Amino acid sequence: MLALIPLFPFIGFLINATMGRRLSKGLSGAVACAAIIASFAVAVMSVLQIAGMPADARVLEQVVYTWIASGDLSLDMTFRLDPLGAVMILVITGIGSLIHIYSTAYMHDEIDSEFARYFSYLNLFAAFMLVLVLGANFVVMFVGWEGVGLCSYLLIGFWFKKQSASDAGKKAFVVNRIGDYAFVLGMLFLFTQFGTLDFARLATIASAMPVEEGVFGAISIATLLLFIGATGKSAQIPLYTWLPDAMEGPTPVSALIHAATMVTAGVYMIGRNAVLFSHAPETLFIVAVIGAATALMAGTIGLVQNDIKRVLAYSTVSQLGLMFLAMGVGAFGAGIFHLYTHAFFKALLFLGSGAVIHALHGEQDIRNMGGLKKFLPVTYWTFLIGSLAIAGVPFLSGFFSKDEILYETFHEGHTMLWLVGAITSFLTATYMFRLVFLTFHGERKGSGIGDQGSGHDHGHADPGSLIPDPGHAHGSHLHDAPPAMALALIVLAIGSVLAGYIGVPHALGGHNQLAAWLAPSFQASAAAPGVGGGAELFPQAEAAEEAEVISEEEAALELTLMGVSSAIAIGGILLAAFIWLKRRSIADGMAHRFGGLHRLLLNKYYVDEMYDATVVNPIHVVSRDALWRGFDVRVVDGAVNGTAAIVAAGSNLLRRLQTGSVRAYASSMFVGVVVILGYYLWR
Amino acid sequence: MLTLSWLLPLAGALLVMLVPNADGRRDGVIRWLSLAAAVATFGVTMAIWFGFDSESASFQFVERVPWIPAFGIDYFIGVDGISLLLVVLTGFLTPIALLSSWGSINRKVKEFSIFMLALEAAMIGVFLSLDLFLFYVFWDAMLIPMYFLIGIWGYDQRVYAAIKFMLYTMAGSVLMLIAILGLAYLHSSATGAYSFDLLKLYALDIAPQTQMWFFLAFTLAFAIKVPLFPFHTWLPDAHVQAPTAGSVILAGVLLKMGTYGLLRFSFPLFPEAATYFAPWLAVLAVVGIVYGALVAMVQPDMKKLVAYSSVSHLGFVVLGICAMNVQGVQGAVYQMLAHGVSTGGLFLIVGMLSDRRHTRLISEFGGLKAVAPKLTAAFLIITLASIGLPGLNGFIGEFLILLGAFRWDPRFAVVAGLGVILSAVYMLWMFQRVFYGPVTHAENATMRDLVPREWVSVVALCGIALVMGILPSLFLRPMEASVEALVQRVQTAQTLRVQRTEP
Repeated sequence: MLALIPLFPFIGFLINATMGRRLSKGLSGAVACAAIIASFAVAVMSVLQIAGMPADARVLEQVVYTWIASGDLSLDMTFRLDPLGAVMILVITGIGSLIHIYSTAYMHDEIDSEFARYFSYLNLFAAFMLVLVLGANFVVMFVGWEGVGLCSYLLIGFWFKKQSASDAGKKAFVVNRIGDYAFVLGMLFLFTQFGTLDFARLATIASAMPVEEGVFGAISIATLLLFIGATGKSAQIPLYTWLPDAMEGPTPVSALIHAATMVTAGVYMIGRNAVLFSHAPETLFIVAVIGAATALMAGTIGLVQNDIKRVLAYSTVSQLGLMFLAMGVGAFGAGIFHLYTHAFFKALLFLGSGAVIHALHGEQDIRNMGGLKKFLPVTYWTFLIGSLAIAGVPFLSGFFSKDEILYETFHEGHTMLWLVGAITSFLTATYMFRLVFLTFHGERKGSGIGDQGSGHDHGHADPGSLIPDPGHAHGSHLHDAPPAMALALIVLAIGSVLAGYIGVPHALGGHNQLAAWLAPSFQASAAAPGVGGGAELFPQAEAAEEAEVISEEEAALELTLMGVSSAIAIGGILLAAFIWLKRRSIADGMAHRFGGLHRLLLNKYYVDEMYDATVVNPIHVVSRDALWRGFDVRVVDGAVNGTAAIVAAGSNLLRRLQTGSVRAYASSMFVGVVVILGYYLWR
Repeated sequence: MLTLSWLLPLAGALLVMLVPNADGRRDGVIRWLSLAAAVATFGVTMAIWFGFDSESASFQFVERVPWIPAFGIDYFIGVDGISLLLVVLTGFLTPIALLSSWGSINRKVKEFSIFMLALEAAMIGVFLSLDLFLFYVFWDAMLIPMYFLIGIWGYDQRVYAAIKFMLYTMAGSVLMLIAILGLAYLHSSATGAYSFDLLKLYALDIAPQTQMWFFLAFTLAFAIKVPLFPFHTWLPDAHVQAPTAGSVILAGVLLKMGTYGLLRFSFPLFPEAATYFAPWLAVLAVVGIVYGALVAMVQPDMKKLVAYSSVSHLGFVVLGICAMNVQGVQGAVYQMLAHGVSTGGLFLIVGMLSDRRHTRLISEFGGLKAVAPKLTAAFLIITLASIGLPGLNGFIGEFLILLGAFRWDPRFAVVAGLGVILSAVYMLWMFQRVFYGPVTHAENATMRDLVPREWVSVVALCGIALVMGILPSLFLRPMEASVEALVQRVQTAQTLRVQRTEP
């Protein structure tokens, strides 16, 4: 039954890919939505099934067939569902379904074949992500891992006529491949060390090994390589640069990439291998530091960007940084919790921004927006809820998960990292509300496109599309989200408010049900099929039990920290309100006074330029001038042709000697005789 | 059965020869006739596959007839798990190559068809031969049709390319011929009788020092054929100048002769020398992987780009062979097949583009996705196969090779892995420049999409690429026993060598 979960969207992909150009838009969209919703239904049934099992035996497994067998390597195409996978598949198929439904309206201006192509990619994306999550060993995971890279390539470059879009797609794939390279090496290393690539077996083997405290042993090396792979997929330093560019794709795709699929893969991968990673504290520390650094860096960039999607993109990078921080301090449950809540509000925010862009016919620059609140009420209110949630305002979903990350970080003794996390939270609140205020509040700006009362049909081109839409009139005033889009926004808004309540901390008198649910996934389990005698003893992830016996002081500490982070969130919002609602001039003044810093942030620390100058261009120039035109053409072919030339010239020379002149022969004979005689006499 | 598989295309060639076609009016008949012969051959190769016993490591369908008894030369052929699939690959690609020429070869169709079928016969013969003399005859026989295919039906610099191809290859084969004769001599001094029988020569105990020279002579010939860096410069010229059918066969099958030779002759005949030289060969292989990829990246000509990518991919194959463990060698053979399918496919589609526009320059294209969506989709699938996306054929081979190499010496796998990144760079960049963006040249705006004849070949190739990615066991199983036996053989010799040197 598990195989059906990725199979449904895959069938949807096949239908739309092969027959899509002959299907009407309504039908293609229906096929795609039906496929992902069917997948969601099976996912829910499967999760209910494992929920009915005892807590330490919640595993479903399906071996489809033996995929690759060579010598002592035997890789099965196996799908396995455990509590961690359950959270993931619900997020992917649930939020994925909403994004599909939303897309039917958003992409409606595309021609039939393009519409079908879009939905085939979208289905394929979901299918690969589900394979990634359900795969029971590294190689099956890798199928999904590379597959989502492919789909991001196809979808980011969906409007392929636009150079920037196809560039961004290619960049996404190539940067991901760099990470995949390390990921593959990590797999190879694990297999040579442990003789298996099955997650459950690896966990069992690792749990019997000593924790590599202070040494950089086999597990540390392998996990570090895997983490480098995760930095590619999940957009962390140093491989994050593809994600902000990825907004070149249609906006629902951004929602899909940022919320339901793709970028969560790296976090999930660490959670899936929690046992390995917790046996490599050195690697974990690196994970935490990279996560914190990425969170901070992306937060600062997000503060000054002017493209609505770009701000959201950097906020994703930043939030992912927080998730990695959580994973790095060993709070795997907290990291996954944030992944889960983030999926709701980030999907909401991207879809909301899509509604704005849709209404404004492609405008993405927030400096040209403003005052949209009264024109787009549904979009505004849902977007506001998303922003409150991501900012960490108390009692919305983001509050609970972010708070747990910060608390765990502090509790584990990483005060500096906690500080970085707290600053990031402050930045998040500030830039998100800068976005809200600039977009929805204040005066309506913009150059009249789509302004109320203009009363004409403007050839509506979709964002980035170069195909002018034939005579599609969009009415006379700004339209709020059409029903399919509004539905997705509202459902996600509800989720953004409520999703956190499955993880209410004990300090607030709740039961952290999510932590308890996930706990078995983070330890080597005796119940995992095909694993003999698992080790019960495991230092990490007894979150559930640990939490039950939480002491008074700890509760007090947690409440204090909670207060601090609430204050931070509200402080950030107030700061944003003060600057961008009351005194717009402050922002301009600051940008002016710290011109250098502002430029640095606006240009994203010039990291892309740096990569271009130090890696991309040198490789290109060296390959062209030194390797190809230099070595290949000059040296090797030069040698080959040179040999031929020497032979030819030599023959020519020999030919010249045969002059036929008797005198020349005689004189050369004479010279010869003299030389020989001279030699003997001289000696 | 085996004899039939190489006689059938030869008979087809003779039959074509009998069709009078001085004025070119019977081009159609000749095309159908040669296609029928090639398809029938493919049928025979498939029959061999179905009749093949996967459990056995020994040669099957063996046929042996004395040929020149005085020198111990036999007509001795047979297949094992390694050659089996290469024979099938040859049978599969030849009809596709013939189909590709229907639109583009309009001059001397009769001669063209004869050469193509003769080439197929020689290639199958090479894979089947178990007698070194017979092998050499087929090996050299293969050069002649290829030389003419490039020289007559090629592009503007075809003569230079054909001669370069001939000289490079001949330089290697001459040394190999001397080594083959030397081996027969060694056999006679050991047993008193000349023999070119591969199995008897396997049993020969050759002194390590002598092995070195023999290994080098054989390996040079094969390295040129592969082509291994730095013997690769004939390849871009030959590929660029060859007609599409020639390129498909050249990339799809001919290059595999080199790696097949390493597996069949260099390594098992001279295992001690092989163990000694393997790291050096592997160095050349990984240099070739990275170098080929980097140079491919900057090519302005699509065919050259694909040609250099072959240098990179074949580097993987050699690396897998050098690792000499089950995964490495199985991966190498798998990669040979996968490369035949995906690079054959790339040349096929590039050929279609060049037929339509009479140029191969990437800069002359752009925006084709909007004009020819089917062709674009096919090219994308083949591209993804070529860059080793899991689920398609390229991944299985690359993964097994990297695993084998990693177990042997991780440093090689670390460098070779870079090729995986670079292949994505050069292939996707080409794809982007050819298919994405706006249509920049007016001639491209009216380009036609795939016609049914092209559709058939493209679907066949994409289908195989998928099957090879999803059900690799179909191909890994038959070769397993043979590969294990081969690895066993080389490793035993390696331990012997250690024992010899230690006391």
